[in-house]
Amino acid sequence: MIEEGKALFIQIAEQIEDSILDGSLVEETKAPSTNELAAFYRINPATAAKGVAMLTDKGVLYKQRGIGMFVAAGAHELLLSERRSAFADRYIDPLLAEARTLGLGPEDLTALLRERAAAASAITEGNPA
Amino acid sequence: MTAVIEVHNLTKRYKDKNALDNVSLAIEGGAIYGLLGRNGAGKTTLMSILTAQNFESAGTVKVFGEHPYENSSVLNRICFVRESQKYPDDATPRHAFKAASLFFKNWDQELAEELIKDFQLPMKQTIKKLSRGQLSAVGVIIGLASRADITFFDEPYLGLDAVARQIFYDRLLDDYAEHPRTIILSSHLIDEVSNLIEHVIVIDNGQILMNEDTDAVRDRAVTVIGDSAKVDAWVAEREVLHRESLGRVASVTVLGTLSADERAEVTASGLDLAPVSLQQLIVRLTQKASAENSSENSSENQEVR
Repeated sequence: MIEEGKALFIQIAEQIEDSILDGSLVEETKAPSTNELAAFYRINPATAAKGVAMLTDKGVLYKQRGIGMFVAAGAHELLLSERRSAFADRYIDPLLAEARTLGLGPEDLTALLRERAAAASAITEGNPA
Repeated sequence: MTAVIEVHNLTKRYKDKNALDNVSLAIEGGAIYGLLGRNGAGKTTLMSILTAQNFESAGTVKVFGEHPYENSSVLNRICFVRESQKYPDDATPRHAFKAASLFFKNWDQELAEELIKDFQLPMKQTIKKLSRGQLSAVGVIIGLASRADITFFDEPYLGLDAVARQIFYDRLLDDYAEHPRTIILSSHLIDEVSNLIEHVIVIDNGQILMNEDTDAVRDRAVTVIGDSAKVDAWVAEREVLHRESLGRVASVTVLGTLSADERAEVTASGLDLAPVSLQQLIVRLTQKASAENSSENSSENQEVR
């Protein structure tokens, strides 16, 4: 779950962001506390606090005095637009690089993408979760 | 905040060897510190001097602003869990905990009882007859339940199996979260503690090699792997910590944090990047330091691994 070579607090922040994006953390509900995060990921509470502080600065979380941290209204939308703008850098560029090594052009990729997407949706329709 | 521990130009000389060589260090406190380094690097010597169980040869040592030696206002605020703590021959764990509870004013008996259960420690056997792991558990329990303002753990895990070590780490984090204080954890098992420690102090050959926030160190180095000619061209301007090669493939670890652009550039040129763990980084830095030392001292009193 935790990888090397990347600041821990950033990874903690990203894990919380993921939970907000996939809907397991809902806006205006309580976010995990620093100590809960520390115990769960087995990391130093100060590091967890740093990750939480990063999200507070970004307006994703806010603090309710005496109660704890909450997911801000609009956090989902905010993260969605942030992740979408980073999507090309994070996924498309490496994809193109590997495709180039294998001699696959943009057209081949498009065809592959369509094919795979169709297969994936067939699976989900076949086995309703 | 003023530092809880301040050390200036500390030297400890044993016959002709300096166990500590002109060490200066300030520890702010209120965090979990990792004191890392090889055997004989000076970790235990440093902790012994800070806890008044040994004397400095030169330099100044201050704990809570005062010299610790025979200073009860300092000593009853610190707990030192030694790797090889000696107990009286007929003492049982019960006796050791009783003595600790009298000495440490923040002693938490309830926590001690929980830990005794966690570690399944036999209370009626004499400590002399306990296994190495059980002996370590006695130390760990005293260290945690004492809740001293500064607690030193000197390789507290000897003989503890993986399960017991995890209990120790979990309990340490739990209790630290509830009762923040200064913990100084000396360890060889860097990978196991790297997520627990907020600050890392590496000591090598009696000198401080690194003293930084753990987060700042996590992306301090990177390994580049690929065609050796390309790799060598790329690392030419950088500080190389380690180089390995297999046929035409080279794997080179360099110091320095890469920007996103630099990362993209490396991947675009067909090279792979691999992260460097805290443990690998410390191993490489230590090897580099000792290589530099030995070339300076013409291999006179060099320690061979």
